[in-house]
Amino acid sequence: MAEQFRADLLVSCLHDKAPDLMPALKAEVKQRGLEGEVRVVEAGCRGFCSMGPVLLVQPDGVFYVGLQAADVPELVEETLVKGRVVERLTYKEPTTRKHVPYYKDVPFYSKQMRVVLRNCGLLNPQSIDEYIAVGGYQALGKVLSSMTPEEVIGEIKKAGLRGRGGAGFSTGQKWEFARKAPGDVKYIVANGDEGDPGAFMDRSLLEGDPHGPLEGMIIGAYAIGAHQGFIYVRDEYPLAVKNIGIAIEQAREYGLLGKDILGSGFDFDVRIVRGAGAFVCGEETALMASIEGQAGNPRPRPPFPAQKGLWGKPTNINNVKTWANVPVIINNGADWFDKIGTETSKGTMIFSLVGKINNTGLVEVPMGITLRELIFDVGGGIPGKNKEFKAVQTGGPSGGCLPADLLDLQVDYEHLTKAGSIMGSGGMIVMDEDACMVDIARYFMDFLKDESCGKCAPCREGIRRMLEILNRITHGQGEMADLEVLETLGKVVKATSLCGLGQTAPNPLLSTLRYFRDEYEAHIKDKFCPAGVCRDLFAYYVIPEKCPGCQLCLKACPQDAITGAKKVAHVIDEIKCLQCGECVKVCRMDAIAVRPRAEVRKEVVA
Amino acid sequence: MPKLESLQELQNLRERVQGEIKARTQASATITVGMGTCGIAAGAREVMHAILNELAVRKIDAHVTTTGCIGMCSKEPLVDIQQGNEPRVTYGNVAPAMVPRIIEEHLVNGQVVNEWVIGRVAAG
Repeated sequence: MAEQFRADLLVSCLHDKAPDLMPALKAEVKQRGLEGEVRVVEAGCRGFCSMGPVLLVQPDGVFYVGLQAADVPELVEETLVKGRVVERLTYKEPTTRKHVPYYKDVPFYSKQMRVVLRNCGLLNPQSIDEYIAVGGYQALGKVLSSMTPEEVIGEIKKAGLRGRGGAGFSTGQKWEFARKAPGDVKYIVANGDEGDPGAFMDRSLLEGDPHGPLEGMIIGAYAIGAHQGFIYVRDEYPLAVKNIGIAIEQAREYGLLGKDILGSGFDFDVRIVRGAGAFVCGEETALMASIEGQAGNPRPRPPFPAQKGLWGKPTNINNVKTWANVPVIINNGADWFDKIGTETSKGTMIFSLVGKINNTGLVEVPMGITLRELIFDVGGGIPGKNKEFKAVQTGGPSGGCLPADLLDLQVDYEHLTKAGSIMGSGGMIVMDEDACMVDIARYFMDFLKDESCGKCAPCREGIRRMLEILNRITHGQGEMADLEVLETLGKVVKATSLCGLGQTAPNPLLSTLRYFRDEYEAHIKDKFCPAGVCRDLFAYYVIPEKCPGCQLCLKACPQDAITGAKKVAHVIDEIKCLQCGECVKVCRMDAIAVRPRAEVRKEVVA
Repeated sequence: MPKLESLQELQNLRERVQGEIKARTQASATITVGMGTCGIAAGAREVMHAILNELAVRKIDAHVTTTGCIGMCSKEPLVDIQQGNEPRVTYGNVAPAMVPRIIEEHLVNGQVVNEWVIGRVAAG
């Protein structure tokens, strides 16, 4: 009998949420005698991280979320043997409280457009055959058999594809520079050095569909005239390193890498370079230094990598997401791509939605979607009953924080830059009213201080000074004059730093100063942190009218700082209080509020 | 794995491996086998294996899924065939030996095997 599976179980999120899920599924399928009939596939990320581990049953399209190994026997018996949906394991729409059994109906996916992530979660990333079965490497075949390098560049230019790594430079133009640069030896690089806290776009792509970016690279190499490529990936992403390594091996065996690819006479091969995890190595000149085996320090441009890159040879660097766009554009044509997105920003963008958001995860949406659609429709809004949206930071640690009145802003390169933020490589951190914007700025300055390579003075010294001032403000020692100093410092660092890291580093500071100046002023003038984050600047107290005297907070307090009898409003001893916030967490009546710490001191003295 | 020497060889390979992921792609027909306790008792599993086998041998593009009891236990095993917007056709009391004829006449030639049909439901 020919091998014929009637159903595939596509399992995602195998990182660590449920390590025993795969073995349990395989064992159950075997025990039920369904081997050879039902196949269990380790597929890549499906992006719905808050609901993981997720499983898609094909061809029925039943979508199960939040699976545990203990659910497996019921799932297999009901769905695969008896053909029934196990409702309790399907996605429950939080607003309507109805179960949504089928993948195609889940609202998280309905506004998404998966182009780069087209295969993630649908294919076994370790199988080149599956990639070929869905039309993989057809674009490469088309390019090698019927297009000249100039035509390939023309097509990419016409599509209007822009770099997905941050700066958003036209990919076609970049290729053209490298193509026209004199010299026989040229290199191409895929940048997968993703260092933003809370970002996992490149990682998921390399883990879930490594052949996509790889095919794009081979096409790009042909267009540029390069015969050697490098994939720079973080060593802290072991599965990404493993899957891209397997992909390269398989492509070599099929002759899709190496000498005389598909009989066209074109030679190209790829090597993996594992990065040690420095944020600055995502910058192209620092990345090249790192590939060459030197310390990952950036250098001034020009000369641009297209003229003098790796070992002084013309080099083209693109983000892995940019590379993954290439085969789709070749297959579907530039006109198709040109229709997606806005006037200047074409195609789709992948965001990792994290922070105070219901549907934490990886989403791919057309450019030009508004922040509101992205956060509330796709992301499912802010968790918690009475929590308000406060700000969203786009573009990773050096992006700006945008306030609620910019929620209708279109997400594309131009609009974000105008609002004081960046597209970056697609990080998106959502904050609710509990976030203190001064503290957020301080946090990112602290991160960037550590990641600054120290080569140029504005970045090395400027970030440090800004951090010192922010530290002072959050401790209640700020002065109004500090705000001007911060602004000047930010502008100077932005204008004079050597590389992208320093040039964007002041963004979180400058954008919070621009949109949340009142919070800075409250910290400085009133010595008060309204969000209740900066511990020196606030104190908890019980609002007597709201407190029913339930004693929940009293029991939760580790310091025994709360006193009060049953049904009598409680009192917090603010001298004993450590501000751990446990009482706020357990209070069901929102009866615990914050006030300036200075008021407490006055009372004590009086 | 042999090296691919040309675009044609890549395309041949693609056709060969397409069956691997058949369950994940669109198919022109869906065959549903009743797999409630009644169906299983009446031999639905054997029928389903016969269907899978026949589809594989004839390289037919169809999905096979299972469903629970629909309340017509006396006619089990029940097999439903749905093609595009055509009405859904239900065959009753299907035995493995009947499968090749159903597949050949219904799926390949487009002729419903009327003598075994017990019901039709309009699509949608």
